[in-house]
Amino acid sequence: MATRQTQLLARALMSPAVILLFIWMIVPLALTIYFSTLHYSLLDPGSESFVGLENFEYFLTDPAFLASLQNTLVLVGSVLLLTIGLGIPLAILLDQPVIGRNFIRLMVIAPFFVMPTVSALVWKNLLMHPVSGLFAWIATSLGLTPIDWFTDAPLLAVIFIVAWQWLPFATLILLTALQSLDEEQKEAAEMDGASALSRFIYLTVPHLARPITVVILIETIFLLTVFAEIFVTTGGGPGLQTTNIAFLVYSQALIQFDVGTASAGGLVAVVIANIVAFFLVRIVGRNLEA
Amino acid sequence: MARKVTGRHVVISTVGAWLAGFVIFFPILWMVLASFKTELEAFATPPSFLFFHWTTENYVTVQERSDYLHHALNSLIVAGGSTLIAMLIAIPAAWSMAFSPTKRTKDILLWMLSTKMMPPVGVLVPIYLIYKNMGLLDTRTGLVFILCLGNLPIVIWMLFTYFKEIPKDILEAARMDGATIGRELIYVLTPMAIPGLASTLLLNLILAWNEAFWTLNLSTLEAAPLTTFIASYSSPEGLFWARLSAASTLAIAPILIIGWFSQKQLVRGLTFGAVK
Repeated sequence: MATRQTQLLARALMSPAVILLFIWMIVPLALTIYFSTLHYSLLDPGSESFVGLENFEYFLTDPAFLASLQNTLVLVGSVLLLTIGLGIPLAILLDQPVIGRNFIRLMVIAPFFVMPTVSALVWKNLLMHPVSGLFAWIATSLGLTPIDWFTDAPLLAVIFIVAWQWLPFATLILLTALQSLDEEQKEAAEMDGASALSRFIYLTVPHLARPITVVILIETIFLLTVFAEIFVTTGGGPGLQTTNIAFLVYSQALIQFDVGTASAGGLVAVVIANIVAFFLVRIVGRNLEA
Repeated sequence: MARKVTGRHVVISTVGAWLAGFVIFFPILWMVLASFKTELEAFATPPSFLFFHWTTENYVTVQERSDYLHHALNSLIVAGGSTLIAMLIAIPAAWSMAFSPTKRTKDILLWMLSTKMMPPVGVLVPIYLIYKNMGLLDTRTGLVFILCLGNLPIVIWMLFTYFKEIPKDILEAARMDGATIGRELIYVLTPMAIPGLASTLLLNLILAWNEAFWTLNLSTLEAAPLTTFIASYSSPEGLFWARLSAASTLAIAPILIIGWFSQKQLVRGLTFGAVK
């Protein structure tokens, strides 16, 4: 039984966090909305004027927007496919009786703890360099022509780097879910003569549906905002080949100093993220009641 | 463990798992090896895997030429400071939501989570301009502040899911014995909450240490943490692989160790309790 006094206290304890987050959510966003209606360039200060929705029109009809939207979708989609497609077999493998499992777990989880700038630069230079990279050496040893990753397939290179960073996350979540799969259920199915394949299809897959959903949603939120990996490897190029929405907004704001258009682009990014967030909140929220 | 496990099964899955683990870990291993090579050997084809002239001179160079420790200290202050402040704000909030929930608690929690989903680019422009006007660009204070706000929802969520698992009966027993809220907090809750507090602290330390959107955009030199410092190796002129590797190894080593310790809590922390 909570008394009135504890209720008040509870509210008081909560208020700093609520107020801070409220300000954090409202003030910058309101400013972004305000700036998005202005003609406002940092190179030309004092010339701010109200232009209505012109910035949105400019941003949305700019070919760079469509290109970067496409890159964003390809990046998010491919990394999801790679991390889940590789994560499922990897999790199943690690769920087997394996000697030294704890050590392997450490190796598998490690990339997740590497800061984005480090993983991007190590991959770009030590592994993917067209002449001195390890991949080039492997290709040459096999009698193949080395791929000049960041010239010929820059987006694919970024995808591989980001997928490497997120594979541990997907694997770990799927492994945790697998380990919570009831051992007795598996045994019962085995005793009833279910083959390994049908056990996988009728037992494991339905059990993994929920963690896979969680992986997709959480990864999507982070993958929509991939920035550092692009910043240190390609700078969005060559051309627009690796520019995603996040990088496009950044370059409009801090390279071209076009505050108005960048703000409009930022709001577009917010809308895209909110569509994803809507689903995540619903799923996590459902879990809260359980 | 009543399932029959054949020896062959164990051998095959062990070999497969070790192979997969090695491949995934390899880029890190390769980087660590390169950090002990000379620049010439780091660049050499065919590459030498173990039989090269081992040297630690890169580590010395990284410190002498670019003041690595300065940036490491920045990382420590920014990641540690933002995490600690976020904890201080989050603990009372999570505590009250877990133990005195109201009808609106769930909505508040979901709302807090939704603030985390706002892409940082959506507010990059105003934050940059505010920081510029207030002289907060390239300051540790500015970074601490922004990372604290960015991670606050996650901290609250993690703490909430941990606090919720503390049995309420214990609290009631303490209240019956006449414990005040302050005493209840210190003597009853704190000991039970320490594991949850510790893993929240560690996970958010990792997230803040590796944060690379705000740190790249809001710091250049003076306040640059390791993320920004490492990014400075991306310019083609300043490319020294062995040095890059040494700086990178130092930058990720502490967090890798913390991460390995807290990996069991990682899943529930990052999925907001949706997967345990």
